[in-house]
Amino acid sequence: MAKVNQTTHDPKPGQTRSPLNSQVILNDFPILNQEAHPGKRLVFLDSAASSQKPRQVIDTMTAYYEHDHANVHRGLHALSERATDAYEGAREKVRQFINARSYREIVYTRNTTESMNLVAGSWGRANLAAGDVVVLSEMEHHSNIVPWQILAEQTGFTIRYIPVTDEGELDLDAYAAFLRDEPVKLVSVMHVSNVLGTVNPVEDMIRQAHAVGALFMIDGAQSVPHLAVDVQALDVDFLAFSAHKMAGPTGIGILYGKRALLDAMPPYMGGGDMIRRVTLEGSEWNDLPHKFEAGTPAIAEAVGFGAAVDYVAGLGMDNILAHEQHIVEYGMDRLAEVPGLTIYGPEPSRRNGVIAFALKDMHAHDIAQLLDVEGVAVRAGHHCAMPLHQRFGVAATARASFYVYNTTADVDALIEAIYNARNIFRL
Amino acid sequence: MDLYIDNIIDHGQNPRNFGEPLDPADIDYEDDNPFCGDHLHLTAQLDENNRITALSWEGEGCTISQASASILGEAILGKTLDDIKSFDKQELLDMLGIQLSPSRLKCALLSLKVLKAGAYGLTSWTGDEGEDET
Repeated sequence: MAKVNQTTHDPKPGQTRSPLNSQVILNDFPILNQEAHPGKRLVFLDSAASSQKPRQVIDTMTAYYEHDHANVHRGLHALSERATDAYEGAREKVRQFINARSYREIVYTRNTTESMNLVAGSWGRANLAAGDVVVLSEMEHHSNIVPWQILAEQTGFTIRYIPVTDEGELDLDAYAAFLRDEPVKLVSVMHVSNVLGTVNPVEDMIRQAHAVGALFMIDGAQSVPHLAVDVQALDVDFLAFSAHKMAGPTGIGILYGKRALLDAMPPYMGGGDMIRRVTLEGSEWNDLPHKFEAGTPAIAEAVGFGAAVDYVAGLGMDNILAHEQHIVEYGMDRLAEVPGLTIYGPEPSRRNGVIAFALKDMHAHDIAQLLDVEGVAVRAGHHCAMPLHQRFGVAATARASFYVYNTTADVDALIEAIYNARNIFRL
Repeated sequence: MDLYIDNIIDHGQNPRNFGEPLDPADIDYEDDNPFCGDHLHLTAQLDENNRITALSWEGEGCTISQASASILGEAILGKTLDDIKSFDKQELLDMLGIQLSPSRLKCALLSLKVLKAGAYGLTSWTGDEGEDET
């Protein structure tokens, strides 16, 4: 087993310092204590795709299956009661975590993508018609573009995209112009870019949208795991996010929606648990949030999500933010040393969690493959954001992304592996 | 590392028969690998015996995809359409001389996919391209 060598990087004057104890955190993540290849410590820099899971989450899910599992909301027996309590208890943890008013506003879905599709398929189908405008942005993940394109084809509304500036930020003048000049009914943008790391000024954007009567949805896939998101303070109408990017299991995500909106929306899927009464002539929908949770849900995953919320909330969202700020600052400093390397997106203080880069004369897939040889896991490609890559005129980028368990030693391993790759390419 | 052997790096950095599309061309086909964004456009001219007398390709992508196109192009110059139709993916992989994971197999075989589709005059060729993936 590779010895995990953790060095604490001394910050230069003016640089941030991490408030988290990386050594303690690393011990919570059994998967990280391994060699990716013989003699090569695993350096996991792909958490924006999916984070690793701490023992607390794994143990909670195992214990659920070993002691409590039965279907929820159905049985009167002890196990069904316990499973229902655990499932609904996790929902309450999520409610507190994002400060929603009511558990009825917390809908379990499979992931962020399904949450976005739910809003498009239910609210969108009921409320959008020819003449209406939905505002997205050029930096969106495909999950916040494609559902709207599919629906627009069917109902005839128009999609406008907020341009991205050369610095990798939203063009807020263009946004204001859309709101001023066009019949905008909904704005849906990502809080934090999964490629550029840009933290978008959603609070102001929401206020502007509401001023013209438009609703606002946040794709929180890359923000909720990394910084405190308070839906009441933001006054956001819909928020979508996934458990698996915040130390939780795959297969479970959340749609937050304001209760009045969710109440007025038609069901998204039909089936068991989402109805109050079914006759052969028709059906009556169940109360929120069950109206949107047809069929047997991902119960163990929801319970694991609850444990993940406890875990990250226990570390403190402000501490997580400061920790990643520290790593990103150090990472951008070190990457800037590498000849021929271009970093996409804004300066460290305006970004969170990810650094996408390209190397002159070396395709991103070659970079990722050669980094893997050294045990360094990064993602390469368009990161489900092809329009954004077109905007910057690059087919693919390599992306290092960070979470609570990453350290500056991981960045050092990344830099060393990049130099090694350059040598193999004789650059 | 065995993927990036000298031959691959050489062809990747100094691709043979790389350039503007031929005009006129008897074979003219282009395709992408949606997973990586690798792109390849191949044109070739045939003589009266259906023998390839000239070819040119251009594209962008990872070293594996570009080196594969360069190596394949060298191998098929002077070959007939029938030769190309019977050209097996294993022949190309043997010429590349590297062990590929399923995801990189797509990169390596894009050139053959484009060549075969062009040679058959088809809109696409999906007969022998290796593992499917999402």
